[in-house]
Amino acid sequence: MKESKLFDVVNVTLLALIGLATLFPLYYVFVVSFTDPSEYIAKQGFVLFPEKWSILSYKYILSTDSYLRATGVSAFLATIGTVLSLMVTASLAYGLSRKRLKIRKPLMLMVLFTMLFSPGIIPHYILVRDLHLINNLWSLILPALSSGWYVFLMKSFFDSIPPALEEAAMVDGYNDVGIFFRIILPLSLPAMAAFGLFYAVGYWNTYFNAVLYINDPTKWPLQILLQNILIESSTSSQGSGAAELMNERQLPAQTLKMAAVVVATTPILLVYPMLQKHFAKGVMLGSIKG
Amino acid sequence: MKVVTGIRKDLFLYALILPGFLYFLLFKYVPMWGIVISFQEYSPYLGFWQSPWVGFEHFATLFNNPDFLIIFRNTMVISMMNIVFYFPMPILVALMLNELRLKRFQRVIQSVIYLPHFLSWVIISGITFLLLSQSGGIVNKLLVEFGREPYNFLTNPGIFWQLLTAQSIWKETGWGTIIFLAAMAGIDPQLHEAARIDGAGRIRQIWHVTLPGIRNVIVTLLILRLGNIMDVGFEQVFLMMNSAVTDVADVFETYVYRNGIQQGQFSYSTAVGLFKSVIGLLMVIGANKLAKRYGEEGLY
Repeated sequence: MKESKLFDVVNVTLLALIGLATLFPLYYVFVVSFTDPSEYIAKQGFVLFPEKWSILSYKYILSTDSYLRATGVSAFLATIGTVLSLMVTASLAYGLSRKRLKIRKPLMLMVLFTMLFSPGIIPHYILVRDLHLINNLWSLILPALSSGWYVFLMKSFFDSIPPALEEAAMVDGYNDVGIFFRIILPLSLPAMAAFGLFYAVGYWNTYFNAVLYINDPTKWPLQILLQNILIESSTSSQGSGAAELMNERQLPAQTLKMAAVVVATTPILLVYPMLQKHFAKGVMLGSIKG
Repeated sequence: MKVVTGIRKDLFLYALILPGFLYFLLFKYVPMWGIVISFQEYSPYLGFWQSPWVGFEHFATLFNNPDFLIIFRNTMVISMMNIVFYFPMPILVALMLNELRLKRFQRVIQSVIYLPHFLSWVIISGITFLLLSQSGGIVNKLLVEFGREPYNFLTNPGIFWQLLTAQSIWKETGWGTIIFLAAMAGIDPQLHEAARIDGAGRIRQIWHVTLPGIRNVIVTLLILRLGNIMDVGFEQVFLMMNSAVTDVADVFETYVYRNGIQQGQFSYSTAVGLFKSVIGLLMVIGANKLAKRYGEEGLY
């Protein structure tokens, strides 16, 4: 019994430390963003708990055009993109889950192969360029509409709906269209909400495609603006995006940067409790996306 | 005729799959055709049809380029460090979580450690800079406070790989526990009961009951991870890269991005990307065979 007690104490302590190690960086970001600029300068950035809280950095960040514009872009991606992604992916996945569909097997192979082999960055870039989508926000949505993983995850969801439901509906005189809209869709709403949340987080975090396809700063999504605020200005003394944000007032760069991080993270924190509800599906997502 | 009536009967289904089919055709298969330019001297003015063919010249250039060994090494080292140091972490933490008796505490810890998975790499790199920068980072502030010299974390080729590994551990360990916890939940409680009656303590139960119970999942995930060894997260490396660490940071994607998108050498960088994809495909197929030989399900 003694060994067991000791085990529990060590285990709880270690896990508490792991939790703290995860939380501390986030806590520190939060604290710095709310620290009064003069206090931050006086303490030379060594702030673990501010004596004076201040929302000056937030006021400033939220008054800059570039930040608001980038937030708008990302919000656009996360709403329109998510809706389109769900429609395209779910309808394809539903079709693939119907065994009587003749072209089901070749279609599944077609989707599967895209998960194993990608032609690489440049051919995708050339395609987007030839479609005249460079510097167009649709370049951040259309190429990312769907993926093999999501198709197969949703297909396995549709597979799990008992066929008896469909048969009963057919007896009641429903046709294909009726079954899909009256039976399947209402039944799938919670799952679609879950997939939608994961899509929305993905669109909100869009970065790589924007690096490739968007050069025009007025069309930057939030992550690209953030990168310019956060990184370019810490390796070189004055980055382009950061200069605009920081030089007009004498606010310390760090509090502004962290306020920008907090604002950009807030939407994720808001949907996080809902995401958490759907972790069972996330299991598969997390494991295969590696 | 038969095909036509088949389509008419299932018209609705065909209508449903049409947008998805077009998406995969246009955005996944049309670019595959773009691979031809890696055997051409592609010029945007001449296009796919008129650009001159050069055979395997770009591949020869790649293999003779000293950069090739560097990006290959960096890719392998970053991936291997990820497998050696990150991969066991979620297993360890899942074992610890699984042993917790205070369910409320367990839920709190889980909520906390899953969170970083949803943060973008831009945010993670920003936090890394905030913590570790030489002038203003709090870690260096603490070092100075204790009378040490400030340490160069961010532009130091000597620890760049470790830095990436540490970021991955912080971001993904919690999320990675989910699949192991699910596997542990599937272990028959009677096995634990029997081991307890035989006098096994907690650690021996973990070793002899829990770990063997999730062995399949561990093996499958490890093999799949090995199959993806050519994939190093572009965003993470790209964001943490700076001129001081290029030699240890450059991987296939960053190299392709720089030579292709930034310098316009479309044909050469397509060849580099194709080389990476082909090796990656072979690795995945090999890994899948291996998984099946061990009686696991594999990926497909």
